[in-house]
Amino acid sequence: MFSNFDFEVIRRALPYLFYEGMTFTLMLTGLAALGGLIFGTAIALMRLSGFKILGRIAGVYVDFMRSLPLVLVIFWFYFLVPYIGQWVTGASRPISVGAFASSLITFIMFEAAYFSEIMRAGIQSISRGQPAAANALGLTYAQTMRYVVLPQAFRNMLPVLITQTIVLFQDTSLVYVLSITDFLGAASKVAQRDGRLVEMYLFAAIVYFTISCVASFGVRRLQARIAIIR
Amino acid sequence: MNYHWNWGIFFEPNPMGTGTYLDMLLSGLVLTLKTGALAWIIALIMGSIVGVMRTLPSKGAYWFGFAYVEFFRNMPLLVQLFLWFFVLPELLPRSAGLWLKQLPNAPFWTAAIGIGFFMSARVAVQLQAGIGSLPRGQKMAATALGLTTLQAYRYILLPMAFRIILPPLTSEFLNTIKNTAVAITIGLLELTGQARSMQEFSFQVFEAFTAATLLYLLVNAVVVTAMRFLERYVAIPGYITGK
Repeated sequence: MFSNFDFEVIRRALPYLFYEGMTFTLMLTGLAALGGLIFGTAIALMRLSGFKILGRIAGVYVDFMRSLPLVLVIFWFYFLVPYIGQWVTGASRPISVGAFASSLITFIMFEAAYFSEIMRAGIQSISRGQPAAANALGLTYAQTMRYVVLPQAFRNMLPVLITQTIVLFQDTSLVYVLSITDFLGAASKVAQRDGRLVEMYLFAAIVYFTISCVASFGVRRLQARIAIIR
Repeated sequence: MNYHWNWGIFFEPNPMGTGTYLDMLLSGLVLTLKTGALAWIIALIMGSIVGVMRTLPSKGAYWFGFAYVEFFRNMPLLVQLFLWFFVLPELLPRSAGLWLKQLPNAPFWTAAIGIGFFMSARVAVQLQAGIGSLPRGQKMAATALGLTTLQAYRYILLPMAFRIILPPLTSEFLNTIKNTAVAITIGLLELTGQARSMQEFSFQVFEAFTAATLLYLLVNAVVVTAMRFLERYVAIPGYITGK
């Protein structure tokens, strides 16, 4: 079964796979998680703001994003972003956006919907007395959120947020549909060039598996620690 | 915006000669639903078996369930589909591999099986949580009444657990339908794939994707409504959602 398994192909491709591919994947994961968290928190605050219209808009956005497949959303933004860019900058033609920028915008907008649900649960887990006490101390809404509610919500939800980031890390492989050189894209390009599909795809699977496993093991330990503090 | 809109495009004949562009999208929708349904059946069967194993007193069964879930949860779905589609036929004995490669409709079967196993890990985790949420007394009472382990699961634990986890199972079912779009990478022409080829043939990007989006929203709405009814129908009296 492994008699003609060629480890040399993998070894030769390593610099390309990690410098080009993994760098792209990790950058995309990190920036999309950060952006998704910021937008997601904003959406969660909109939903809990008490203004009916703001809450409705945020709710519709979240439900809409969550009922579409990520692949379709990737295609949507890939074609839509140039037109939005044209509209924003007032250019005469649709502007060209790089592969990285396009997929980053996609993942931020898509993940914001998922992160917002996590942050909403986190904010709702804070007991009512705390914002009330902050209010009584004379803190404004922004100060209450900034110094009292959000830090706790964030800390309580940290394991779930990281788990969602692991899912995001795996989902970034879907930029394959745009022929972008992320980790899987790089592996696939080498696989097709050298006709070594078995080696490259197995190697890619092992790398994804190891990273996700280590990360989720870390989450479990973190969860245990946080559970004790509470 | 200098995009040329043409909403009439759906009623123009498609270059494949299979009717209009709308027919093309609808055939994609049918394939999405078929793949999703088959994948969901596999996910439910495998997920139930593994989920139950994770709650059995046997250490071996627990560790098997644990390894199964970790294996299918820690790889991107896309990579798993590639493993099923490109790698598995090469690792099998020659004749079996050849048979697998020449299978008609290979993308469909690969997608259904790959997505089914991927989702089964999630179903297993939900079911384990559902069984774990039952009071311990139920299992004990079943044992005291002289039921075997099999009977206890069949008549006491599973009927309760499945009804408790119905809401999360609904969203896993929706995820299964959405995940069929990933199979576009192994050449399955489901809804997203058909929208993409419509865009390539007609250059009407936004019309094609708008139609696909609306169809996905429609499927979602139908599934959610149907599951609401099912939830109410099987609700356990005495629980919050019960009568």
